[in-house]
Amino acid sequence: MKFTIMINEGPYQHQSADSALQFCRSLLAQGHEIFRVFFYHDGVNNGSSLSVPPADDRLIQKEWSELSKEHDLDLVICIAAAQRRGLMDKDEAKRQGFESNNMIEGFRISGLGQLIEGGIESDRTVVFGD
Amino acid sequence: MAMLHIVNKSPFEKVSFRSCLNHVSKGDSVLMIEDAAVGAIEGTSFSEKLKTAMGDVSVYVLGGDLAARGLSEDRMIDGIKAVDYAGFVDLTVENETTQSWL
Repeated sequence: MKFTIMINEGPYQHQSADSALQFCRSLLAQGHEIFRVFFYHDGVNNGSSLSVPPADDRLIQKEWSELSKEHDLDLVICIAAAQRRGLMDKDEAKRQGFESNNMIEGFRISGLGQLIEGGIESDRTVVFGD
Repeated sequence: MAMLHIVNKSPFEKVSFRSCLNHVSKGDSVLMIEDAAVGAIEGTSFSEKLKTAMGDVSVYVLGGDLAARGLSEDRMIDGIKAVDYAGFVDLTVENETTQSWL
């Protein structure tokens, strides 16, 4: 079955970022397909490359990035939510006149239409958040 | 059309769980995850409300989230089923739609 996942909570906030990650892993392990993961509101912080938790803690952003690489996932970050929170990829940083960018590999920036399309194209849409 | 209601807030902290139970239809399923897992415990100020709803809906709890809060499955209300993440996935497949009560 084809799934779209929406994540509205950032990493290390409550538990939803971890729940979503574990749910996605379990989906893939059962042979289901993830059409798209859409990160909205504080959920966009799951795409930051500048997070440095203590060495004995999990690095959620990297886990998403690696899962994306392993399963060729489409991880989409909402542009308006990202701009408000200071999260940008190389192109967006250039467009805004910033010298640096902070989006981890495997994520891309796009708009809310991607969430709607995910809902239409998938058999199930599951939302995680605060 | 059966719906899976996913609840993630403690019924002792937020009203979303009670709100969910006031909106479920016969044949739906309710899954408690994260802080909502504490709602599975018998003998609380919330347990009667949940037991009443269980006449119409099937109720599940994510076992790992219950254990993470130091709660044993022995203390659950009779009839609640503990599932793992694979069981969570199965519930989303078995129900045509899902609603997260955030």
